Amino acid sequence: MALRGNLRDFSTTQLLNLISLARKTGTLTIESNGKRSRLCFKEGKLIYATQDEHGGHLATILQQAGKLTEEQARAIRTRMEIKSDKELGLLLINAGYVSQEDIIKSVRNYILNNVYPIFTWTEGTFYFEASVLPFEDRITIPINLESVIIEGSRRMQEWERLQDELPNLDMALKFVERPDARLRDINLSVEEWRVVSFINPRNTIRQIAQFNNMSDFQIRKIVYALLQAGLVELVQPEGVAKPAPGAPSGAPVMRAPAVKRSVVEKIIGFLQR
Amino acid sequence: MQTVKIVVTGPFSAGKTQFIQTISEIEVVATEKKISRPEERIKDQTTVAMDFGRISVADDLVLYLFGTPGQRRFDFMWEILAEGMLGFVVLVDSVKPETFREARSILDTFRAYAPVPYVVAANKQDLEDAWSPEDLRIALRIPKEVKVIPCVATNRESVKNVLLELLYLVLELIDKEGGE
Repeated sequence: MALRGNLRDFSTTQLLNLISLARKTGTLTIESNGKRSRLCFKEGKLIYATQDEHGGHLATILQQAGKLTEEQARAIRTRMEIKSDKELGLLLINAGYVSQEDIIKSVRNYILNNVYPIFTWTEGTFYFEASVLPFEDRITIPINLESVIIEGSRRMQEWERLQDELPNLDMALKFVERPDARLRDINLSVEEWRVVSFINPRNTIRQIAQFNNMSDFQIRKIVYALLQAGLVELVQPEGVAKPAPGAPSGAPVMRAPAVKRSVVEKIIGFLQR
Repeated sequence: MQTVKIVVTGPFSAGKTQFIQTISEIEVVATEKKISRPEERIKDQTTVAMDFGRISVADDLVLYLFGTPGQRRFDFMWEILAEGMLGFVVLVDSVKPETFREARSILDTFRAYAPVPYVVAANKQDLEDAWSPEDLRIALRIPKEVKVIPCVATNRESVKNVLLELLYLVLELIDKEGGE
């Protein structure tokens, strides 16, 4: 199924969260103000990102990372017999110019540097093509989207947006199932750890902010990042019965309506005919 | 004569009137009005008070379907319509991500009116650009316990399936709470 829409309605953060949770494979193209970014994913992990139509050449990436001189990079780019970045990488490692770690680190930084600016794009269109993975000749690095989302969210300085996403600070937070495995791979800041240590369905977000002397803006920023990374979820604080209209919801509370079983069975029987 | 009521809600242009029309045995009593705001002129008419459909289940039992007006400025009608409902269906236009935020807000509002069972129907699944029900679940942050059902509001079997899923849920809850 196609995913197509506008960033005004569905932000980059929400898109990446969706791709991560649904473990999607394919290419996301985002266009905004004449710029075009393409992000490739495999089973919910970011593997490549570029704003270059043909993807970034490894020689250019290594030059930008300071691993090759301008002259070396130019010489490599003109050697047309080297077909793919993978082949080039192998040659450079064997010749002792760079290590495997240098390549992985440089490509990773290239990918991330092409992704983070997109978080600030609020206008534009997106299109996700499932199972389409261009740039096969480029080196891809699987990167957990949770970490990308957290860092991207840090860079978003949109107070209004944050307020819109998290209007009610009187909700509580709880960890999603098995957060330990996810937390191991994520780099949290000191401030984020301080919030994490208070997460408990008994504490409202407002109380956590008070414990840590944080402003509404600071706490919103941190909680929003944790929510988008799928580490925590919003719940009604313990002891509060019913959500206010329009408030974000936690676990659904459904009760049987005041109607007899036989009446419902009769309607079901009728509709099944 | 016993009557029961199911409410069909959702954002503007989600297909609520069509959903009721497809299953109702009577011509739907629609309170539609010509669209006045240019930004909402993607269809000619919109519901301003409610849509009203009827299904006669037996001589002594009638199921009423009430559709809510989709535009926020008519939301004073929602609470009135929600009173005494058996459950509700939140209809979402699967090809319009710009309405997802509104759908989420409507869902929260109706949940606050009454803790009755509900399902989310991902409408327009016959269109090429439709978001899948599972993608919609993530986009709307719908918990896994809540059913998100694929739907084509112009198709009678599809509409019946949505209503049946809601009714199965009602039965489940009656059983869980030890009702008769």
